Amino acid sequence: MLSIEELHANAGDTEILKGVNLEVGAGEVHAIMGTNGSGKSTLGHVLTGREGYEVTSGKVTYLGEDLFEMSPEERARAGLFLAFQYPVEIPGVSNMEFLKAAVDAQREHRGEEALDSVTFMKKAREVCKAADLDQNFLKRGVNEGFSGGEKKRNELMQMMLLEPRLAIMDETDSGLDIDALQVVAKGINALRSSERSFVLITHYQRLLNFIEPDFVHVLSRGRIVKSGDKSLALELEEKGYGWLDPEVA
Amino acid sequence: MSDFIEEALRLSPQNAPAWLQDLHEKGRQSWKTRTFPTRKTEAWKYTNLRSLERGAYLGEPRFPEDHEVSESTLRGQFEIAGLNATVLVFVNGHYSSALSSRETSLPEGVELLRFSEASDRQTGQIKAHLGSVANREQHMFAALNDTWLTDGVFLHVAKNTRVDRPFQIVWLTMPQSEAFSLSQRMLMVMDEGSEASVVEHFVSDTAEQNNFTNGVTELVLGANTRLNHYRLHLEQENALHIGGVHASLGRDSVLNSFHLAMGSTLKRVDVVVNHHGEGAECELNGVYLPRHQQHVDYHTCIEHAVPHCTTSEVFRGIIGDRARAVFNGRIHIHPNAQKTLAELSNRNLLTSDKAEVDTKPELEIYADDVQCAHGATVAQLDEESMFYLCSRGISRTEAEVMLSFGFINELVEHLEHESISNYLRPMLADLFAQDQRLVRHIA
Repeated sequence: MLSIEELHANAGDTEILKGVNLEVGAGEVHAIMGTNGSGKSTLGHVLTGREGYEVTSGKVTYLGEDLFEMSPEERARAGLFLAFQYPVEIPGVSNMEFLKAAVDAQREHRGEEALDSVTFMKKAREVCKAADLDQNFLKRGVNEGFSGGEKKRNELMQMMLLEPRLAIMDETDSGLDIDALQVVAKGINALRSSERSFVLITHYQRLLNFIEPDFVHVLSRGRIVKSGDKSLALELEEKGYGWLDPEVA
Repeated sequence: MSDFIEEALRLSPQNAPAWLQDLHEKGRQSWKTRTFPTRKTEAWKYTNLRSLERGAYLGEPRFPEDHEVSESTLRGQFEIAGLNATVLVFVNGHYSSALSSRETSLPEGVELLRFSEASDRQTGQIKAHLGSVANREQHMFAALNDTWLTDGVFLHVAKNTRVDRPFQIVWLTMPQSEAFSLSQRMLMVMDEGSEASVVEHFVSDTAEQNNFTNGVTELVLGANTRLNHYRLHLEQENALHIGGVHASLGRDSVLNSFHLAMGSTLKRVDVVVNHHGEGAECELNGVYLPRHQQHVDYHTCIEHAVPHCTTSEVFRGIIGDRARAVFNGRIHIHPNAQKTLAELSNRNLLTSDKAEVDTKPELEIYADDVQCAHGATVAQLDEESMFYLCSRGISRTEAEVMLSFGFINELVEHLEHESISNYLRPMLADLFAQDQRLVRHIA
């Protein structure tokens, strides 16, 4: 599904990613862990095509295509989804309008008819409920005045509606209380399938108590320094990240 | 005297009713002493009046008897579905009973009439207030309005009367064989404890207009009154409008005033709010959307003359193509206006590198115990928001349309009357894209 080879990327003049290699197969759940500043979020941004990052070398293939040849909207239409760590507030544009525009864009890309509003509303209400958000969140401006947890659940709602092939969750667990964390984990688990893959970017092992990853990778100073199965996450919980730091070890 | 000053004087009506002659005379005396504004005139620094001078708007407005446009088409220009208003329609300044709905009985405590219909008692009321709020010495085009005045609309709401049904005053213009000038005047007087809503609605039948409209409105809010006021300038491409809204706020009164101007050759609107009674509140919001080579100029001035009053003012503009917008927002806090709360924000989006905006917030504070804030920004669309929309598969073009619309919609979606939001939203959405596919998710 996703193949990252020797990826180097800068944010401004600073090299953040210094040769990342990662293979994500269909149906797999990968957790990428690491301290602040290790490059976790940059990886997510580069994969979704955010401005302000420059890929200096390396190659990323998504579903057989060169990812860097695709614009952010093309990536999204091809089923790539990023759950933002800090979702932006867009007052004046209602959540409903935004969601419908997104769903229609992706359906059209697949050659399907735009959803009629009744069908869409029904679907939107369902995912809203599944994300444990009140229905009036659909009418409000995109993320406008939402609490941190509500924003994260709004990301979850979008993911459920868009049914991506590959979802990158950027610190979706940060700032969530245990109840909200369970809602988000439940949502992600419900979407797990042999066709859909997840990359969970997280600082803490906590999320992985609820979502069992197939692989765990540790990112440190822009490189993956260790990979393993879920037991690696538990080891990190116990020992911290220090023992894996190439500069220290 | 410049040509325009002289010509305008000649348009002053000769055989006005006696009770208006005094006002005419005051208007003429004031107008006569004016010099035509140039770029050196502070209040007109960024707004050039060449189009007014050149246009030779010397004809008289006539009721278009033989127009080919059907009544239902004309009605389509101003009908606001669901507003259920008492509607008064003027076509080129002339009252149209066919298009109006006033005859369907006014609620008790309400007087809605033309000056020309006023009884002696009513002329007395009109005379007592007309020209008392719009300061002709400070606003030369208010002096011109006095000079030209032949008729107007008088709306009076009696003490403790709560009127649920809004009033909609429509000023519709249609082209004539020769360019013409049009003077429009409205006076609204609200007695103590009354509540009402009024929509001043300026529209035209087509883009080809050859009129100059000078529209002045005076709002007199008594103690404990509440007014929802809308002034919608939807006149199309070739229309010229210079006018103003002048309000006087009594003790504990509340004025919610919403302004909107679609661009045209020239629109200049002065909004003046005088806090005269303690505890008055004013919420003033506005939107301007010039494009092509259009020009829109809003000058607002809030006078805090007494303590304990509040003002919240937000104006936003989107300026496209080679258009130009001017915003000048003044808040003047007099020495004894302690405990004033006043906020002013003006944000602008330029959607073309040839578009221009000149914005100037002015706070003048002469009292020490007040809370005031102001800010003005000029920007492009927010890249973070663009990326967020695109990262969900929405095309950049559609995202631009959605964000532009959202920027304006923030002020439009929370209007007191939802029917007015619903009326404006599709119209605004259409401004940002010719392609219906790009606006289908927002309107």
